Amino acid sequence: MSSVATPAPTPRRRRRTRLQRRQTRLAWLLLLPALAAVAFVAIYPLGKTVYQSFTDQEFLAGVSPTKWVGLHNYFGASGIWHDADFRHSIVVTIKFTLITVSFEFVLGLIIALVVNSSFRGRGAMRAVMLVPWAIPTVVAAQMWKWMLDDTFGVVSDLGKKAHILSRSNAPSWLADHPLMSVSAVDIWKTTPFVALLLLAGLQVIPTDLYEAAAVDGANKLHQFWRITLPLLVPAILVTLIFRTLDALRVFDVFYVFFGNRPDTQTMAIYDQSTIVGDGLVGYGAALSVAIFLVISLFVVIYVTVMRVGDQA
Amino acid sequence: MSTVAERATARDRPVARRLWLRRSPVRRFVGRLGFWLLITVIFVYALFPFYWAVRSAFTPEGQLFDTPIKYFPSHPTLTNFREIFSTSFFTRALLNSTLVAGSVTLMALVIGSLAAYALGRFRFRGRSAVLYLMLSMTIFPQIAILGALYTMMRDFHLYDRLGSLILSYMIFTLPFTIEVLTSFMRALPGDLEEAAYVDGATPLQVFYKVLLPLIAPGLVTTGLLAFISAWNEYLYAISFIQSTDKYTVPLAITSFVGKTGSAFQVPWGQIMAATVVVTLPLITATLILQRRILAGLTAGAVKG
Repeated sequence: MSSVATPAPTPRRRRRTRLQRRQTRLAWLLLLPALAAVAFVAIYPLGKTVYQSFTDQEFLAGVSPTKWVGLHNYFGASGIWHDADFRHSIVVTIKFTLITVSFEFVLGLIIALVVNSSFRGRGAMRAVMLVPWAIPTVVAAQMWKWMLDDTFGVVSDLGKKAHILSRSNAPSWLADHPLMSVSAVDIWKTTPFVALLLLAGLQVIPTDLYEAAAVDGANKLHQFWRITLPLLVPAILVTLIFRTLDALRVFDVFYVFFGNRPDTQTMAIYDQSTIVGDGLVGYGAALSVAIFLVISLFVVIYVTVMRVGDQA
Repeated sequence: MSTVAERATARDRPVARRLWLRRSPVRRFVGRLGFWLLITVIFVYALFPFYWAVRSAFTPEGQLFDTPIKYFPSHPTLTNFREIFSTSFFTRALLNSTLVAGSVTLMALVIGSLAAYALGRFRFRGRSAVLYLMLSMTIFPQIAILGALYTMMRDFHLYDRLGSLILSYMIFTLPFTIEVLTSFMRALPGDLEEAAYVDGATPLQVFYKVLLPLIAPGLVTTGLLAFISAWNEYLYAISFIQSTDKYTVPLAITSFVGKTGSAFQVPWGQIMAATVVVTLPLITATLILQRRILAGLTAGAVKG
């Protein structure tokens, strides 16, 4: 009846004891519901998606029975390889990812550094930073859509009051600057969270390093470049990976702002409207696989960068 | 103004400059001022959109479209709140979301804690394989299986039913729950468990009488995180749900229609009232449990 804490002291382990066998059996029994659930809602659908991507399955009444079409969805005349809409959605998504992740990282790092210094009300500050994170993305999008309203929105009003925008000719945010508008929501909602992740990384850096550096005459900027940044690299990389993967599958903000308008479709929106809107399950599955590959590409890039960083 | 003069003299005496400037009360004051200015900016940036939602929710619908816009409602009213609770559209959505998020949380916690017990307190072959599987599931893009899930939901007659959401939300709640609870389980000392075994307890009794109470804080945190993510989900909800009486909160919030029924007259007052109603409980819970949530969220990032 031993647990992990007290491994049974068997001198020779040629045969597993009855106890161990029972323990193993019990462990798998405990895992059974979890494994069954994961198999049913994730692994089986994943396999099914790959299979569907080789078929012409559709979801409209009265279509011909599903056929195997091989790589037609991928490389056929009307396949993904020649799909200008999908290519455009990749560009939109990657632009969004680059804008939001870089802004969130830089702003998040500044906020983290500020909040990391000790001052009264630091706890309250950290609590406040969790507020945007706790607000559902869809709700945040609605809040900002209202704030970005052309005539009655507060953003235009503030811009006019600060004389940044002209009174007569203020921009129509969503129409003229779609990517900027969407990014504003994501940056607002996620920057504090990025800051909290980086803050957690900052707090494990031992303070005596800074004291030693100060004794040696290093100024704050030196300390930041030589101590803070190098020691923060693991936290930065993990944060960037998570944010990038998140940004690449963006759906909510774009959908709330623009629906499935072709020029502002992200990869996820294009795929969703292909499957649910048009009922093209086979082609949508192929798109899913392609999206998966695009995202994997980014993972590979990050992992490579991390490896190179380790060796340096 | 004096700083200019200081700088001029400081250039002549480079060694003394640093000491001199560091001790300068003016510089200290400017530094403090800049610091608190930054803090204020961050504070306002984080909270202003929420304030704006609250302000708009309490402003009568007519005044929302007045120019110049007011930064504080001159006659705050509850009309918008009364309006959204007057029909079943929004209340129904609240109920649906509570039901879905509640069931998802409960299932994830029950299934997850059993799995975490096995992964955290037992040693057996295949354990790390299961852990890797769960880890890979957490970065799984949900869009990748939308088509397959869509056909499955239709085949199982779950399409346009809340069951489809409860089931599909397991994808992003369960692996995360298992991972966090496993780390909690693993952190527990072995003695209590041993004592229970000596007293003749069965493994299951040890599980729910000894271990579960000990990881209660972990259950609360992961439960809240699972609840929030299920409460916020939009992609599957918009794909699997069609009838308005099955709408979850995110669906309802994006499809409010004004009294006139015109798509051009967006009832922003009501939408903002709904926004406030929906987020207030989440913000409250988050603030109460902020320390634990932070610990739960940042654990992975720091370990790197």
